[in-house]
Amino acid sequence: MGVGKLVVGPGPHIRDRDDVKTIMWWVVISLMPALIASVLFWGIRPLIMTLISVVVAVGSEYLFSKLFNLPIRIDDGSAVITGILLAFNVTPNAPWWIFAVGSFFAIVFGKMVFGGLGYNPVNPALAGRAFLMASWPVIMTADWIPANFLFKGPMGGIDGFTSATPLNVYKYNQLTIDQLKEALMPLFIGNVGGVLGETSAIALLIGAAILFYKKIISWRIPFTYIGTVFILAWIFQKSGAQFTKDFWVEPMFHVLAGGLILGAFFMATDMVTSPITPKGQIIFGVGLGVLTYLIRRLGGYPEGVSYSILLMNLTVPFLNKLTIPRIFGHKDKK
Amino acid sequence: MEVIIKKNNFKGGVHPPEYKYFTEHKSIENFPLPEKVYLLLQQHIGAPAKPIVKVGDKVRTGELIAEASGFISANIHASISGEVTGFKEFIVPFGAKVQAIEITSDGEDNWVELDKREWQRLSPKEIIELVKEKGIVGMGGATFPTHVKLSPPPEKKIDTLIINGVECEPYLTADHRLMLEEADKIIDGIKILMYVLGVDKAYIGVEANKMDAIEHLIEKTANDPIEVVALEVKYPQGAEKQLIYAITKREVPSGGLPADVGVVVQNVATAKAIYDAVVEDIPLIERITTVTGSIVKNPTNYRIRVGTLISSILDTVGVEYENIAKLIMGGPMMGLTLYTDNFPLLKANNGILVLSKDEVKREEEYPCISCGRCVDVCPMNLLPTMIASSYRKKEIKLAEKLGALDCIECGSCSYICPAKIPLAQQIKLAKKRIITLKKKAKS
Repeated sequence: MGVGKLVVGPGPHIRDRDDVKTIMWWVVISLMPALIASVLFWGIRPLIMTLISVVVAVGSEYLFSKLFNLPIRIDDGSAVITGILLAFNVTPNAPWWIFAVGSFFAIVFGKMVFGGLGYNPVNPALAGRAFLMASWPVIMTADWIPANFLFKGPMGGIDGFTSATPLNVYKYNQLTIDQLKEALMPLFIGNVGGVLGETSAIALLIGAAILFYKKIISWRIPFTYIGTVFILAWIFQKSGAQFTKDFWVEPMFHVLAGGLILGAFFMATDMVTSPITPKGQIIFGVGLGVLTYLIRRLGGYPEGVSYSILLMNLTVPFLNKLTIPRIFGHKDKK
Repeated sequence: MEVIIKKNNFKGGVHPPEYKYFTEHKSIENFPLPEKVYLLLQQHIGAPAKPIVKVGDKVRTGELIAEASGFISANIHASISGEVTGFKEFIVPFGAKVQAIEITSDGEDNWVELDKREWQRLSPKEIIELVKEKGIVGMGGATFPTHVKLSPPPEKKIDTLIINGVECEPYLTADHRLMLEEADKIIDGIKILMYVLGVDKAYIGVEANKMDAIEHLIEKTANDPIEVVALEVKYPQGAEKQLIYAITKREVPSGGLPADVGVVVQNVATAKAIYDAVVEDIPLIERITTVTGSIVKNPTNYRIRVGTLISSILDTVGVEYENIAKLIMGGPMMGLTLYTDNFPLLKANNGILVLSKDEVKREEEYPCISCGRCVDVCPMNLLPTMIASSYRKKEIKLAEKLGALDCIECGSCSYICPAKIPLAQQIKLAKKRIITLKKKAKS
């Protein structure tokens, strides 16, 4: 007996197990701790809103692909990620249609019009959020609710904290070191007002740990991003505590408040919209940190994570070109 | 024995599953004498050999049957005794048609007379002549005629010899077993090489998944200026440029040769073949080959005569024929697929790997998601996805600018790519295109 028809083709003849689907679904899993945390703080509403987002995201991708005869790839998980991240970027008590419209915009105009996964220049969820911010600024910023039960944190004691995000309060008030210090623990755990997915640092960090463990993200973008914000916040302290024993309090507040952790680990690291070269990734992270801090302190918004990421996304092709590594055996860069 | 394992030897690399357990503890066995052999006239880089026998001629084992034509070419010897019964054309995996001499065995294995010699009495020139005469080629896969490597241009001062015992391809254990079972011959071969090249220092690089071989070689070389270097397990540790860098920290310049940094690299099996040729007078007519795979009933390290048909090798080891999807000459990373098992064993064929239908899945190709994994693993520090995409867009100039010609075709980028894009293949095609365009521009 002899061999039958043989497959011929170029090597390598074995491939790594990871494929696009596994990577994307692991990202979905890594977002679950934050989703669970939001349910703990706010009840069932965040879950329902997230589900609406996801269904609209996946549905829009399906319909778009059908309509324009593209391969249907809704099972790859990337639309699910966009849906979740969009929901995470909206305050949980916004009306349901805000989530639906945002998701639809994110998928259709943030991703599919460019050719789908892999071709989008900016993070689709952030494009969706930018669209919502521009169209319904009042709903998107005014309706913050405090985390209602479980923990009754000290933030509640400061005037305004119950109806505004910590960064908002920070921006328009001169907080004392003690007030900032008191805020750190609630920020870390998450019982403060804010958008759906960003409030609980600990839950996000558990998710980030999953991404590191699965080698889906590297340290380069998130650490340089957060590190840059920390250093700038230390140098330019509002509270003037640079050289006291409390020098770390305000920088830490910047790290934990707002969307920095969500943005640094889950959105800035989006593969499609971040540089592929190691040096490019580091410059990307530093650039994000500088922009975020500038917006927080000098810009028109209390928070700058999503706009920083959108802006830096646009620099990616340039950063890649700028940071082409030295090839082995070459003296200089080509 | 305390062995220090050298780490961080080169940038990038991948860790495919090793699958060496099928054969790593199995001693080398002699493959039964084949009834027929087909000796391809081109088993090496360079010009094909010219046959000097005709149909009907009787030949003895070890007899010269085809002569090298030109400097970069190699002699071919009869690997069995018998009668020349024809010339047959084979299509080699990279597409070309190559003539082969068919010898039908007389069952005697009647050898030519062998004149044993002491290599110490020979001049380097005489040794190089012997290496050439006995048809020695690089046995690690590249099949570069060895006498060429031993005759570097006089302006290149060679100070280091590196023996490649890395065997970083998964599944393969031929070199591993050779180092365990024929260390003395390898070491004598190394001494001959050192003498010819006039170097006083040699290294044997071995991946740290072969600790038994490393310890064995350390013991055997205790009194010689030969250092055994245990290298971290990482593919492609055995690639020439990466191996040289790991051991000497010298970077072979782009477009250059190891000789440009004073190094000559030879495979362990080549060192052993050099010993055979110079001391025992035996031409290169057999080699150790790992015949392996999950659907091979009896995976074995065989000592096989060159020219034996792969079909008869598969029959001997036993294969689930109905489950074969790929038949590979060499390892799973850089090996070449055969479209038929009616193909003869070549001098450089260190493995025959059978992959099953379960192991060869057609994976859906995705658009690049710019994850950058290919960039992280590229041992040449290239941007594989950018080169491949510039090839797809027919921007050949850009592909060249991005260093396509520096690609060593190790396949790490394709291996790691989660979008399953055949990056290495596209870069290879880009290289071909660049070279064609350059030739056109010249003429």
